[in-house]
Amino acid sequence: MTLDTLGDATARGAVSLRHLTKSFTLNGQPLPVLRNLSLDIRGGESLAIVGPSGCGKTTLLRLLAGLESADGGQVLIDGAPVTGVGTERAVIYQEPRLLPWLTVLENVAFGLEVRGLPRGAARDRARRHVRLVGLSDFETAYPRQLSGGMAQRVGIARALAVQPEILLLDEPLGALDAMTKLTMQEELARIWHEEKVTMILVTHDLEEAIFLADRVLVLSADGTPPAVIPVDLPRPRDRNTGDFVRMRRMLMGRFGLH
Amino acid sequence: MTLQNLDTPARRARGLPAPPLRAFLSRYSLVIAFLVLWQASGKLGWISPAVLPPLDAILGALWTGIASGALVDDIAISLQRAGLAFGAAVGLGIPLGLLMGQLRPVERALDPILQLFRQTSALALYPVFILLLGLGETSKIFVIFWATLFPTLLATVGGVKQVDRKLIEMAESYGAGRVQVFRRVVLPASVPAIFVGLRLSATTALLLLIAAEMIGANKGIGFQVMNAQYNFQIPLMFAAILLMAALGLAANAVLVLLQRRLCRWSLD
Ligand SMILES: Nc1ncnc2c1ncn2[C@@H]1O[C@H](COP(=O)(O)OP(=O)(O)OP(=O)(O)O)[C@@H](O)[C@H]1O
Ligand SMILES: [Mg+2]
Repeated sequence: MTLDTLGDATARGAVSLRHLTKSFTLNGQPLPVLRNLSLDIRGGESLAIVGPSGCGKTTLLRLLAGLESADGGQVLIDGAPVTGVGTERAVIYQEPRLLPWLTVLENVAFGLEVRGLPRGAARDRARRHVRLVGLSDFETAYPRQLSGGMAQRVGIARALAVQPEILLLDEPLGALDAMTKLTMQEELARIWHEEKVTMILVTHDLEEAIFLADRVLVLSADGTPPAVIPVDLPRPRDRNTGDFVRMRRMLMGRFGLH
Repeated sequence: MTLQNLDTPARRARGLPAPPLRAFLSRYSLVIAFLVLWQASGKLGWISPAVLPPLDAILGALWTGIASGALVDDIAISLQRAGLAFGAAVGLGIPLGLLMGQLRPVERALDPILQLFRQTSALALYPVFILLLGLGETSKIFVIFWATLFPTLLATVGGVKQVDRKLIEMAESYGAGRVQVFRRVVLPASVPAIFVGLRLSATTALLLLIAAEMIGANKGIGFQVMNAQYNFQIPLMFAAILLMAALGLAANAVLVLLQRRLCRWSLD
């Protein structure tokens, strides 16, 4: 492992979780979701978050996005506390969440226009990102004319177009078929490498976590403290090497799987 | 599978529309059969022509009415009444609906009274409107406006409220404020629902137009229906009814065309 693959402490997009606590109320009872979670994520690092359903992965990501506020503790980005959504972050969801009345190009330009870039400039920049995800031939197509994988790529292009320092992904490939998923994992690895962004990725797929992440954060639903597992594998990664398979076996073992 | 569509898959694959004549026939053959039956029943003496005049007599009466200018005045005044009422209903219904759909307190405050008004038949209220507004144009336009308002208003409220929360959150995550969320997400997402309301309102406006003109009017297509019947000018009566149907179809066609232009994304 080289220092380069881990990002470095001085790069932009560093995230610190400080004693983060969050609970919801369910049927009048408090439901603790995150208990005193602390973690430092380096700028340019790729972190995967895994854990059983309902353990708070989405909640953590929404706190990072500024769409939800913590009961206690703080999220710091490059040292500054998060108080709401910010231009240095972009979110990619499990569903592409495209606006059905906009074309592919207009959807990709959406974030830029919302942030005040004039229409023409926004479209020009969007065009580059549409090309980056391989959809140049579909610029004028509407979302209903796209396949699931294509739609998800549009969502990714929209997030990349605003040039975030931090990409927050909530099971972005969860709804895709196995083949498309593998292609998209390669795509994400390439984008992460080229754009030098901090990538925080929630996933159910342990192999995906090992393929993409520098470290894996394992959350639990029963109050067991979270664990952070480094993935010491060279890049680009190969799912068939002995080390990769050993890593996967170890991680699956943590969940009692074989 | 019928014989008729045995050969269509290839056409569909090549993206060709069905041949115009056949498409026309498959769509309108029942209408044509109905009209032929109508014409025949009068000519063959199945039904007394005094009750159901044959089509040529009706079209003749229509032509005479239009050529002499007598029916033209009626058409103009009817269009004016329905148009003013429809315009006012849309002009109030869409903005109010958008407001109610967006702001919970406004909706909570207005909903009970609107439900009460809506459940009260506009025709039952017509005498009240006449008492309040007199027997002139105002009460007629108002009763049409009253009935026409609710379909557009309620469809707009419904459209705004069913906008996908996830899309709104997506926009917010890019930093969109309330106004931007409204303009870029809520409004476009509501357009299809609003059009459903507009088409219902247009139909309602024409229904109420006839009713209002049958009571205390001395001009208008609805008046002509009553008046012609009263004077035993049965072909003229049917001509006026035909005119109404044509107006309804035309209004609907205009709205469908507008919807196609504005909602290209939601149609095939
Ligand atoms: N707005 C909310 N109100 C009440 N409870 C909530 C809310 N959002 C989440 N929860 C609860 O918090 C817990 C964690 O939810 P979260 O969506 O973060 O889980 P997750 O780890 O993302 O699960 P999954 O893997 O199924 O997506 C769940 O028990 C859920 O019921
Ligand atoms: Mg989740």
